[in-house]
Amino acid sequence: MGELVSKIPDGPLAQKWTKYKSSVKLVSPANRKKLDIIVVGTGLAGASAASSLGELGYNVKNFCYQDSPRRAHSVAAQGGINAAKNYQNDGDSVYRLFLDMIKGGDYRAREGNVYRVAEVSNDVIDHYTALGVPFARDYGGTLDTRSFGGVQVSRTFYAKGQTGQQCLLGCYSSLSRQVKKGSVKMYPRREMLDLVVVDGRARGIITRNLITGGIERHSAHAVVLATGGYGTIYYLSTLAVNSNASAAWKAHKKGAFFANPSFVQIHPTCVPQLNEFQSKLTLMSESLRNDGRVWVPKSKGDKRPANGIPEEERDYFLERRYPAFGNLVPRDVASRAAKERCDAGYGVGETGLAVNLDFRDAIKKQGRKAIENKYGNLFEMYKTITGKDPYEEPMRIYPAGHYTMGGLWVDYELMTTIPGLYAVGESNFSDHGANRLGASSLMQAAADGYFILPNTISNYLADQIRVPAIPTDTPEFDEAEKGVTEILNRLISIKGKETASSFHKRLGKIMWDHCGMSRNEAGLKKALGLIRELREEFWQNLIVPGSVDELNMELEKAGRVADYFELAELLVMDALNRKESCGAHFREEYQTPDGEAQRNDAEYTYVAAWEFTGEGKPHKLHREELKFEEVEMKVRSYK
Amino acid sequence: MKFTLKIWRQKNAEAKGAFVTYRVEEISPEMSFLEMLDALNKKLAAEDNDPVAFDHDCREGICGSCGMYINGHPHGPVPAVTTCHLSMRHFRDGETIWIEPWRAKPFPVIKDLIVDRSAFDKIQSAGGFISVNTGAAPEANSIPVRKKDSDEAFDSSICIGCGACVAACKNASAMLFVSAKISQLALLPQGRVEAKERVRAMVEKMDELGFGNCSNTGACEAECPKEIKLTNIARLNREYYKAF
Ligand SMILES: Cc1cc2nc3c(=O)[nH]c(=O)nc-3n(C[C@H](O)[C@H](O)[C@H](O)COP(=O)(O)OP(=O)(O)OC[C@H]3O[C@@H](n4cnc5c(N)ncnc54)[C@H](O)[C@@H]3O)c2cc1C
Ligand code: SF4
Ligand code: FES
Repeated sequence: MGELVSKIPDGPLAQKWTKYKSSVKLVSPANRKKLDIIVVGTGLAGASAASSLGELGYNVKNFCYQDSPRRAHSVAAQGGINAAKNYQNDGDSVYRLFLDMIKGGDYRAREGNVYRVAEVSNDVIDHYTALGVPFARDYGGTLDTRSFGGVQVSRTFYAKGQTGQQCLLGCYSSLSRQVKKGSVKMYPRREMLDLVVVDGRARGIITRNLITGGIERHSAHAVVLATGGYGTIYYLSTLAVNSNASAAWKAHKKGAFFANPSFVQIHPTCVPQLNEFQSKLTLMSESLRNDGRVWVPKSKGDKRPANGIPEEERDYFLERRYPAFGNLVPRDVASRAAKERCDAGYGVGETGLAVNLDFRDAIKKQGRKAIENKYGNLFEMYKTITGKDPYEEPMRIYPAGHYTMGGLWVDYELMTTIPGLYAVGESNFSDHGANRLGASSLMQAAADGYFILPNTISNYLADQIRVPAIPTDTPEFDEAEKGVTEILNRLISIKGKETASSFHKRLGKIMWDHCGMSRNEAGLKKALGLIRELREEFWQNLIVPGSVDELNMELEKAGRVADYFELAELLVMDALNRKESCGAHFREEYQTPDGEAQRNDAEYTYVAAWEFTGEGKPHKLHREELKFEEVEMKVRSYK
Repeated sequence: MKFTLKIWRQKNAEAKGAFVTYRVEEISPEMSFLEMLDALNKKLAAEDNDPVAFDHDCREGICGSCGMYINGHPHGPVPAVTTCHLSMRHFRDGETIWIEPWRAKPFPVIKDLIVDRSAFDKIQSAGGFISVNTGAAPEANSIPVRKKDSDEAFDSSICIGCGACVAACKNASAMLFVSAKISQLALLPQGRVEAKERVRAMVEKMDELGFGNCSNTGACEAECPKEIKLTNIARLNREYYKAF
C-alpha cells in the first residue's frame, strides 16, 4: 500500500463539500437497481446508510448480530445530539461547531471532515423531526436544546435521557419502510466473521448465522461497515456486552488500515462498579453535569455520609481547577481530574473509587419538578441499579471506557484503504480527533449514514455498473470461509478450563490498568508482555462447550475475545508510539507542571494509520499529516 | 445468597423442553438477575456443559433484548424493570426461582430462554413509519408541535419492543406494543398524514401473524417494563375506527 490520500477537496473550507457534491460521479436510477451493497450494522450509522441507499434504489443487504435492528447500541445513547441550528441565538454557527470539535479533539482531526459533519448537522435534526422523533420542545412548540460538556453554547437536541433510543427508532422506522418496499433485506442474528476481497476490491462478507451456526457467503459491489466501537476491550464499559471489534479487525487484516487505535474516551460519569461479577458499567449522561456539581471531601478518607459534610469541607474540584467551564469541562479532563482525586485518597464510597455528583443546589434553585423533567429517567435508573435516591443524596460516579475515537482509517469519501470498503459511524476514526465532545457521535453517525455516504459511494459505484452480480462460488470466498471455519474449530477444540469471559475480564484489567485514562512507557511495555502471555494462555486453556453448528454463545464470545487480544496489542503499540499527550491520550511523561496534557505538534500532528503485514509480524505505521489551514493550533485550555 | 433455579431448557425449536434444577451460591444482592445467570453459566461452561441461552445486549434496560418469565412474571416480580436491571436484592436468600421463556404462539422458542420476536419487526415494517426520504425534510421548527402532544408522544415512543406485553397476555395480544407506535405517530402532526393507512396496515399485520385480541385485562400494562399505558390501546381503537 502506498501513500494515504485523504481526498480532501481543495478550495475554501466552507465550500469543499458543496464543490465535492457537484463534481462527484453519479449512478443513474436505472443502474442503481443492478448494484448490490452490503451494510453491516444497524445503529445510527448503519440503519441510516441502509435506508438512504435503499431509497436511492440500490439493492441493500443489512446485517446485525441482535435479533432486531432496533437493538443496536446507539439505542443506549442518553444525552443528546448536536446541531448548529443556533435556535438559542447564543452565537452558534456551523463554524463554531467545527471549531469546538477541532479544539475538543485536541487538533488531531481533519479540518475538512469536521467542517462537513458540522455543515450537515442541521439536516440531521430536520430529518429526525420529520420522521417523528419526539425531541424535547418549548411551550411555543419549537425545539428545545441544552448545553453539553466542552462548549459554551446550547446546541444539543434531546429526548429526555433517551435521545439515542429515539434517534435509533427513527432510523429503524425509515429502515422498516425500505424493508417493506423490498429495497433492503434484513439479516439479523448474523455475525460478520470475515471480509472477502476480490482483485483488491471489497466484494463480500462471510457471516455466521447465530441461530443455526451455519456459515454464509454474501456478495456485493461494495461493503459498508457500521459496526460501532471497541470499548468493550476494557471488558467493563458503557457499551453493550456483545459489542465487538471483530468485523473491523477482520477487515483490517484484509488490508484496511486501522487509525489511532489508542484514542479511547473514558467517560467521567458512570455508576461505579458494585460487585466483581459485574458485566458492564452504566453511564449516567453527561447532561447531568449541567446541574450536578462534582465534589469530594476536602480531607482524605472522610467516610461521613455526603449530606453530613458541610459546605466548607467540600472540594468542588472541577469548579476550582477550571473556573471558566467548571463542571462542564470535556470528558477527558473531567475523568482525569476524578482519577487524580481518587488516586490521592479523596475518593468516596467503600472502594474510594468514586466522586459525588450532587443535585442539592439545583433542586433548591429550580425545584424538584424541573430536575425531574430533565433527568427523571436517569435518576430512576440510578436508583434501580444502586438502590439509592439521587433526589436525596448525591450520585456516586466514576469513569469508565465509553467511546473509541480510533477506528478504520477512511478518506473524505469514508472509504477505507480497501477500494469498495467503507466505514461509517463509530467504526471509523474520522471526526473526533483525540477526544470526542458530548452529543457529537450521534450527529456523526447519522450524518455519515444519511447525508455523506449516499453522496460519496456513487463516485465508486459509477465505475461498477458493468460489473454483474458478484458470484460467491469463487476461490476468494472459498478461502475466506475456510479461514473462518478453521478459527471456529480451533476455538472449540482447545477444551481447556477457562471461559472466554474470564479471559476477557483479565485482558480488560490489563488494558484498564496500563492503557486507560493515563499511560506511561513502562506500563505500556509491561502491558505488551502481559497481553502476549495471556493470549498464549487463551489459545491453550480456553473452554468452549457445545459445537460449531448450533446456537453457541460461548463460541461467539470466544471469537470476539480472540480478536480483542490482537487489537489490544495494536492499541498499546499506538499509545507507545505517540510520545505526547493529546485529548484522551494522556502520557504521564508529557504533561504541563499543573498536570494538563502537553501536545507535541512538531512531531505528532498526524493520524497514525497502521497496516497489517502478516500474522506475527509487526504492524507498519503510515502517517497522514494533518494540515491546519483554517484554525490556529492552540493550547487547549478550559480554565 | 443461595438460590435454587428451575430453568426451562430446550435444545432447539423442535426439541421438547423441560425444567432443569440448578443451584447457585455466593450471589451478592447487588448482582443483576443476568449476572446471577452469568455466574451459573460460567460454572456450566467451565465444566464443558451447555450454558443457559438467553438474549441480552445493552444490560441497561433500553435495547429490549432481554426478557424471561421469572416466578410467573415477565421480567420478574418488580414493576417497571427489565430483566437486566432486576437486582437480586429483591429475592429471598434460599428462594426457589422459576425461569421460563416468553410463552406465546407468535414468539416460538429458539433455544432455552430465547424466543423469535421477528413478528414485531414485521408489524413495524407494515406501517410503523413516516414516509419521508432523506433530504426531503422541512426545517425542523417549521412544524410547531404543542409541548403537551410532543411529551405524550414521547411517553408512547419509549417502548423497547421486548415482548413482555404479549407474554403477559392470556390472548397473546400485541395491542400494547402496536398502540404505542400508533399513538406516538398519531399525536404528531408529521404522523397525521398517513395515520389511516398506518393503523390499518399495522393492525392487519398483527392479526395475520397470529397475535390475539385485546380483552382489556390490563396484564400487559402491569408487566410492561417501560410503563406503557392502556390509554394507548384506547387511542389505537379510536384511530382504527376513524380509518374506515
Ligand atoms: C451508554 C452510551 C451513551 C451514549 N450517549 C451518547 C450521547 O448522548 N450523544 C452522542 O452523540 N453519543 C453518545 N454515545 C455514543 C454513540 O451512541 C455511539 O457512538 C453511536 O451510537 C455509534 O453508532 P454506530 O451506528 O456507529 O454503532 P452502533 O449503534 O454500536 O451499532 C453497531 C451495529 O453493528 C452491528 N455489529 C457489530 N459487530 C458486528 C458483527 N461482527 N457482525 C454483524 N453485525 C455487527 C451491531 O449489531 C449493531 O447493529 C453514547 C454511547 C454509549 C455507549
Ligand atoms: S409495550 Fe412494554 S412490554 Fe410491550 S414490547 Fe413495549 S416495552 Fe415491552
Ligand atoms: S439487555 Fe438490553 S434491555 Fe435488558
